Amino acid sequence: MIRFHRVCKRYPGGYEALSEVTTHIRRGELAFITGRSGAGKSSFLKLVALVERASSGQVVVNGYDLGRVSRYNVPYHRRRVGFVYQEHRLLHDRTVFDNVALPLVVSGYDHREIGRRVRAALDKVNLLRYERAYPVTLSGGQQQRVGIARAVVNRPMLLLADEPTGNLDPELSREIMSLFREFNHVGVTALIATHDLALIRRLPHRILRLEGGRLVADVQGGER
Amino acid sequence: MRWRTPRGGAVRRHTAPPLSERLGQLLQRLPARTSSAAARPVRTTLPTLSQPLSRQFQSYLLRHLQTLIGTLGDLYRRPIATLLTCAVIGIALALPAGLYQLLSRVGELTKSVDEAGQISLFLHAHVTTEQAAALAQRLQRQPAVGHIEHITAASALAEFRQLSGFGAVIDTLSENPLPELLVVRPLLRQQSAEQIERLLGELRQLPEVDQAQLDIDWLQRLYAMMALTQRGILILGLLLALAILLVVGNTIRLLIQNRADEIVITRLIGGTDAFIRRPFLYSGLWYGFGGGVVALLLVESGLLALAAPVSELAALYHSQFQIGHISLSTLLLLPSGGAVLGLCGAWLAVAQHLRGSDPQ
Repeated sequence: MIRFHRVCKRYPGGYEALSEVTTHIRRGELAFITGRSGAGKSSFLKLVALVERASSGQVVVNGYDLGRVSRYNVPYHRRRVGFVYQEHRLLHDRTVFDNVALPLVVSGYDHREIGRRVRAALDKVNLLRYERAYPVTLSGGQQQRVGIARAVVNRPMLLLADEPTGNLDPELSREIMSLFREFNHVGVTALIATHDLALIRRLPHRILRLEGGRLVADVQGGER
Repeated sequence: MRWRTPRGGAVRRHTAPPLSERLGQLLQRLPARTSSAAARPVRTTLPTLSQPLSRQFQSYLLRHLQTLIGTLGDLYRRPIATLLTCAVIGIALALPAGLYQLLSRVGELTKSVDEAGQISLFLHAHVTTEQAAALAQRLQRQPAVGHIEHITAASALAEFRQLSGFGAVIDTLSENPLPELLVVRPLLRQQSAEQIERLLGELRQLPEVDQAQLDIDWLQRLYAMMALTQRGILILGLLLALAILLVVGNTIRLLIQNRADEIVITRLIGGTDAFIRRPFLYSGLWYGFGGGVVALLLVESGLLALAAPVSELAALYHSQFQIGHISLSTLLLLPSGGAVLGLCGAWLAVAQHLRGSDPQ
């Protein structure tokens, strides 16, 4: 599903966020990326979602070489990738419903289909009764679940999450993680960046460890 | 076509996708924009692919209509800001439009005095009345000549006798001292002042003609002045159109800044540039249209305010001239021209913003 081949990402000014990363994440897999802040976790996800382009090397997602995706086709790639952010990135002047509907609106769905899918997504994250609420009136965990609903409403085959539990207490974090695992169970490939090792160590999923932009470990979790 | 990466994984490269897929891509791309027809490496597997073209077109129109109405609603929710912007655009449009309106009315006024540009041909003393009449008939056939009046020496003398009161003095003269006179009225409407000047030159060459007179200077000066004013209005109009572009561009830039977060998020979840651009373009369109309507009101009320003093002035010159109302062409041109300018201004602002936020 995701294949990195000797991928480097340098930012203007010479800072190298990723260097020579080569890995492969299979279809239907759930994998965690860990590492300290600045280890390159976010850059890894941004390359997969084509928020940024690799400086060198090859990123292949779902069989397509992202280096060859034209500027015009970038939005169409992003529509097939769900992205959950640590800071939620919700629109605060829109209701929960409108926030979740946004990916469908930009894809040009008609409003009946939008209503159906948005309610299904909100139901899945257990927020159906808040559809008319504004994000500011929700707790951090609820806002994060709105972000997740928005990421999955388009039924992407790939779900990316950048520190989705960064601001949440352990209880809520476990809740969010189990949501991702549920989506993974129905066939969605998931890639989650987190520094919360305590949370993921016991889960039976693959863990990629980045350090200074290099991939230093690739282990299967939950064995101990 | 398949090729292998150094790691051995197969990578699909769609240099020649199957026809059904290419058709699907074509359909998918229709709503947004038509660009280069190169094969696309990214498939766009969306349910809309299976919809018929007419249905897609329908939903495309519907989305535009929604944005059109939606942006109008947004502007309505900020009435003061919207009115101020429209007023600025309106004043900028009203200045050249109003001046142009006045100038075209003055142009119509001068059409009615065109006939004053008449050429008086005083013939030589030896030319008889019959010869003069023959000459008049000959000249009448020239295309530049509108109407010729023949005033014979005898009738001129009779008129002079009657009007001057020198009847007794005239009676002492042995012969009529007055020449035959042909009054030529050129067809000025279709012709410029230079052409009349040329006609005058030709008439002067005629052997029968002693003197040809045309007081054309004032007319020439008027035309030159009007041409100058017209050019001035054109320059003013262009400058103000530029100002409108900047005003709308700036307003839209503020709108973009207010909604910067929304734009970033929309891009991240796969909104195309066209989708992001659309509401701003329609906002610009509405600003320009509103400005055009304001300009209409300003010009019309200006004309109304001038109407009474102008007809008073005209009455002093025994003229029925009235300043009238806004012309139909201006009525149509102002809002549509404003809308186009608004659209262009918005486009400049959005294009500039979007260009600066591509994936690196």
